[in-house]
Amino acid sequence: MSDSSNAKSPSRRQFLTGAAAAGAGAVAAGAARGATADPLITEVQSWASGTGEGVDATPYGMPIRFETDVRRRNVEWLTADTISSINFTPIHALDGTITPQGCAFERHHSGAIEMRKQDYRLMINGLVDTPLVFTYEDLERFPRENRVYFCECAANTGMEWAGAQLNGAQFTHGMIHNMEYSGVSLRTLLEEAGLDAAGDLKDKWVYVEGADASSNGRSIPMEKALDDVLVAFKANGEALRKEHGYPVRLVVPGWEGNMWVKWLRRIEVTDQPVQSREETSKYTDTLANGTSRKWTWAMDAKSVVTSPSPQAPIKHGNGPLVITGLAWSGRGAIKRVDVSKDGGTTWETARLAAPGEKMALTRFYLDTEWNGEEMLLQSRAMDETGYVQPTKAELRDVRGENSIYHNNCIQTWWVKPNGEAENVEVS
Amino acid sequence: GPALAEKLGLGRPALPEEVAAWNLDVSPDGTGLPDGSGSVEEGDALFADYCAVCHGDFAEGVDNWPKLAGGAGTLADKDPLKTVGSYWPYLSTTWDYVHRSMPFGNAQTLAPDEVYAIVAYILYSNDLVEDDFVLSKDNFLDVEMPNKDGFIIDDRESAEAHFWKDEPCMTDCKETVEITMQAAVLDVTPEETKARKVQEMMDATNPA
Repeated sequence: MSDSSNAKSPSRRQFLTGAAAAGAGAVAAGAARGATADPLITEVQSWASGTGEGVDATPYGMPIRFETDVRRRNVEWLTADTISSINFTPIHALDGTITPQGCAFERHHSGAIEMRKQDYRLMINGLVDTPLVFTYEDLERFPRENRVYFCECAANTGMEWAGAQLNGAQFTHGMIHNMEYSGVSLRTLLEEAGLDAAGDLKDKWVYVEGADASSNGRSIPMEKALDDVLVAFKANGEALRKEHGYPVRLVVPGWEGNMWVKWLRRIEVTDQPVQSREETSKYTDTLANGTSRKWTWAMDAKSVVTSPSPQAPIKHGNGPLVITGLAWSGRGAIKRVDVSKDGGTTWETARLAAPGEKMALTRFYLDTEWNGEEMLLQSRAMDETGYVQPTKAELRDVRGENSIYHNNCIQTWWVKPNGEAENVEVS
Repeated sequence: GPALAEKLGLGRPALPEEVAAWNLDVSPDGTGLPDGSGSVEEGDALFADYCAVCHGDFAEGVDNWPKLAGGAGTLADKDPLKTVGSYWPYLSTTWDYVHRSMPFGNAQTLAPDEVYAIVAYILYSNDLVEDDFVLSKDNFLDVEMPNKDGFIIDDRESAEAHFWKDEPCMTDCKETVEITMQAAVLDVTPEETKARKVQEMMDATNPA
């Protein structure tokens, strides 16, 4: 954005000495009311005279350099190292619902491994008629499905259980992405191996694990395995990114991201859950009395205002303001999102950009006027089961503060008269 | 069972040695455990060589790396210490995870006897066995894990049934609203990066 209230462009020197910096952004809204002609219009600009890049310059493109801030970021103090760690999707800067793969968050337990399709093998074993081995090419010959789903880390917002910690929607809510997956239903692959040997399927499980050193093994009940789980090899139209499981990952709609096993190498039909490290030591939720919930698979209804937010302050001054954000539920489609500007005292129902889809991100907008007043911005999602996103106090009443995972509380941003926003808790 | 779909004939049968190479998981009832054994004493030496640099000589943890021992009786505290001894419900998980995924950065290098020994040492570090204990496939299920009954199956649909509401409050929902906590006070968010500053400079400067 340029500061067009100046008759002449601010020079680089002026900018670097700070003379123009105070005006940058704050008065941009005045462009249409300028008393003097805008040189961006009255003077022929270089892009309107010379030429741009040729079609051979960028066989596979990256975002324009002015968007370099829209990127994954990590928080060093959260984990012991960056190999078994997390980074965050820049949801504060995105719109719509589809997450660009290149800035979609990562969570690894032994790093992002590199595997060629030629080296890929998928095994199905255990209580099946015929244990099978598939190559990548085999998988592409099965009937295919396309579905859009969110993948939310069970620990998303987990740092906020005991208070307001991290100052930005990217950090508080960015362990999430939403992609269109192409792949084969897990049911199709299990049926190819034959489920007769499993007998009564209701009591059976599948144990899924990755090819990486951590393996990330998880147990999934057969009912879910035969319902909507996908073995996916494309996301948002192209191959999975290395860091998202190339060449094949599991997609487990509505369920915690840990179960979306990447670099999927084995599916075992078992007569009991394995009770692996990732479903005992981790991804179990300790309550105030010291007992812990296990198998908390579904991600409950949740939402967050992505703008304004701490990383996306209001810079345009008073007048029309777009309040926007994301809502999602692992139990079904979002049917409504309410927004409050006064910390939950009064609510307005926001506009959904499109009808909610099951277990997928939903974009909401509240088109409003802002006149410099302080706001305590909140959003509250409702899904088709009638579940209403709770406050943090309501969650703590049931769970205490040590659950680590599954924090789907209502988020509050304190928008100040200067347009800046801060992560806060309110009574 | 469900109606069987017609098979496409894709893939090929897995060979027994292939299944054996990848099917390593061990379940709480001992399914999957290989033959073998290892003592606390052997485990102490192995732990010193392969594990202690991150997990400490006594499995107490170094820096931010996981603590494997300690924390007994802390699960209801303000800051619980969740370790193999204080938290993990099944010994099978320890065997399975160490065998398949540890040491970090050099996984799948431990032989079954070595894993039995290291698991025995972790038990000893948690004061759950004596220093002359030998863990084997035969006595594996005799070990009592202190928190084996500490888990309940997801009960949100009953314990949190009140989150399912016909119609939430829309007006006059609170009498007062006070800010009770601010992230800026903690100030632990990463500083704005160089890239951000470069971008702001580009935004503010015309490309003349």
